[in-house]
Amino acid sequence: MKRGPTALVEIPGKALTGIAGFDDITGGGLPRGRTTLLLGGPGSGKTIFSAQFLVHGVKHGNEPGIFVAFEESPKQIAANMSGFGWKLAQLQPRKLFFLDARPTPELIQSGSFDLSGMLAALGAQVKQMRARRIVFDALDIVLDLLPDAATKRREVYRLHEWLLDHELTGLITAKNGADEASSPALQQFDFMQFMVDCAVILNHRVDQGVSQRNLRVQKYRGSSFSEDESPFVIGSGGFDVAIARTLGRADSAVTLERVSSGVTRLDTMLGGGYYRGATILITGFPGTAKTTLSGAFAEAACKRGERTMFVSFDSDGSEVMRNLTSVGIHLKRFEKPGLLRMVSARTITGSAETLLVRIKSLAREHNARCLVIDPVSTLSKAGNELTAHGVAERLIDWSKADGITLVCTSLLDETSSQPNGGTPLQVSTMADTWIHLNYLVQAGERNRGMSIIKSRGTAHSNQVRELILSKSGVTIADIYTAGGEVLMGTMRWEKESAQRVADEVAEVAGKLRRVSLDAEEAVLEVRVKSLQTELMAKQVEKSLLDRTTHSHEREQSRGLTRMRELRGADAAVPEVK
Amino acid sequence: MNAHGVYKFRLYVADQTQNSLQAEANLTAFCMEYLPDRHHIELVDVLRAPKRALDDGIFMTPTLVVLAPAPMRKIVGTLSQTLTILQTLKLDTQAA
Repeated sequence: MKRGPTALVEIPGKALTGIAGFDDITGGGLPRGRTTLLLGGPGSGKTIFSAQFLVHGVKHGNEPGIFVAFEESPKQIAANMSGFGWKLAQLQPRKLFFLDARPTPELIQSGSFDLSGMLAALGAQVKQMRARRIVFDALDIVLDLLPDAATKRREVYRLHEWLLDHELTGLITAKNGADEASSPALQQFDFMQFMVDCAVILNHRVDQGVSQRNLRVQKYRGSSFSEDESPFVIGSGGFDVAIARTLGRADSAVTLERVSSGVTRLDTMLGGGYYRGATILITGFPGTAKTTLSGAFAEAACKRGERTMFVSFDSDGSEVMRNLTSVGIHLKRFEKPGLLRMVSARTITGSAETLLVRIKSLAREHNARCLVIDPVSTLSKAGNELTAHGVAERLIDWSKADGITLVCTSLLDETSSQPNGGTPLQVSTMADTWIHLNYLVQAGERNRGMSIIKSRGTAHSNQVRELILSKSGVTIADIYTAGGEVLMGTMRWEKESAQRVADEVAEVAGKLRRVSLDAEEAVLEVRVKSLQTELMAKQVEKSLLDRTTHSHEREQSRGLTRMRELRGADAAVPEVK
Repeated sequence: MNAHGVYKFRLYVADQTQNSLQAEANLTAFCMEYLPDRHHIELVDVLRAPKRALDDGIFMTPTLVVLAPAPMRKIVGTLSQTLTILQTLKLDTQAA
């Protein structure tokens, strides 16, 4: 499966950082042979960003790098970075050189100084190892030793000139206050921001106890870039910057293939099932069988032999499986062969961004083709309201790009004023298929109703159906409409039994009618027979009559001739007639 | 204290930059005044010997390294504040 949208193509004039998302934002990385300023508060990830930039250069671009550490010892940095799987020790010292430039505490200062010593030393090192990339981490530490603004400026210019002279792709990091707009600390570096060719600001703030990290490219000379704040997380592989889909990106391939929802009649309602790679949203109040419906989907996927991941925020994976067993959905058997991965995410806290990154990395690890997130509304819990929508958008975009069929459930607030179940995340507008579950209270009963609100590109039934959960599984019942209302539960059952009685009565009546018809038929047949006999008698009688008449006439004429002969009088007269 | 011993200095400079020239002048003047005939100054130009600066960990120029008497100390800057140097070399009590 392809690994996200990162285009790992070297753009002329740009140096790839290898940071997922950042290379997309900047259209290829940092300006090659130029200087970039990276500003951020404490713990905002400056050192990690810089180290990742160097490591990527060494590993993928064959560009040796130098790390000038003003704040941490090279040993510490290497140890910290090994947590991201970057084995710096293997790259050192031929490809990656660490310069420990920490001002020692016993350093005594008397009067003004400059950085030419360091730059001269570095110049020799650059030449020797043919370095192409260089990082000055926490330049503010050394600048703080300089007495006045003019001296600081002079040294920064010296550094800048030196970088340009050596045609190095430089990255300078410096601290800024928590709030970039009003921080006096920033004043110190504002001239640097004007001087450098590219400036990136890292932000780390806490909203209602949830940490939110943001990255913003402030300027980039001679290049277009995404100007907005992009959330990022520091994951197991280093930086991961979330990016919105850019206009130029190619659409992911779509397919006409259908996948079963796990409920046969629902497939029929959808004209064959969900589309492969589609996003399906199941909304409903608590207890409307959202999890059950998504469980049915997961089971169907596993039965087809597709790798499936089920992320459960509400309850533990084992609990979900146990509960689903009661409705005939057996997921446990797929877990052992590795087809199904249950992720119990109840205890995972953090920003929506973090959750997304976790889900993404887990899904990639599992190589999932089908993914269930139950419920996706967790993303928008306290502290994440602002970012959750963007996260949901990227979740859907990512799953589509990777061809993953995604089923999300979303809890609806019962007090929600939205009449038709619009979700707070607005996933509903982005989802391809939206199934809504709700309770219909009727005649003292609460029954589950299911309707397909939308399903892009597929014909779908417009009817509200009753969802029935039983030991044997999930089914959808036919509905009865009476007086414009859908009948469910007992009322449906009553209607059904009434129908059965009516059917029986009709059947009996039909049988009776048949018997009487049989009788009539028999009577008629008897009558036909007697009439035929009578007819035969008449015919015999008629032929008998004919014969007697005939012989009588013959006898008569023969008698006449005989008489004439006897009389011998007249000549023979021709017979009359 | 080794008040009568020889003070060995090594001054790292960057060519003829203003700071470096100042430091050199300040150090010479200091030695003439406080350590006549018991000092030794070695001048290292980091632009000519960058490898040496790297190996010695010299990143700011000018830097004065006091090699003897022990312990080794580093003073960064133009050496314009005489009192600081005196304190560093523990010569302040004698001078006062």
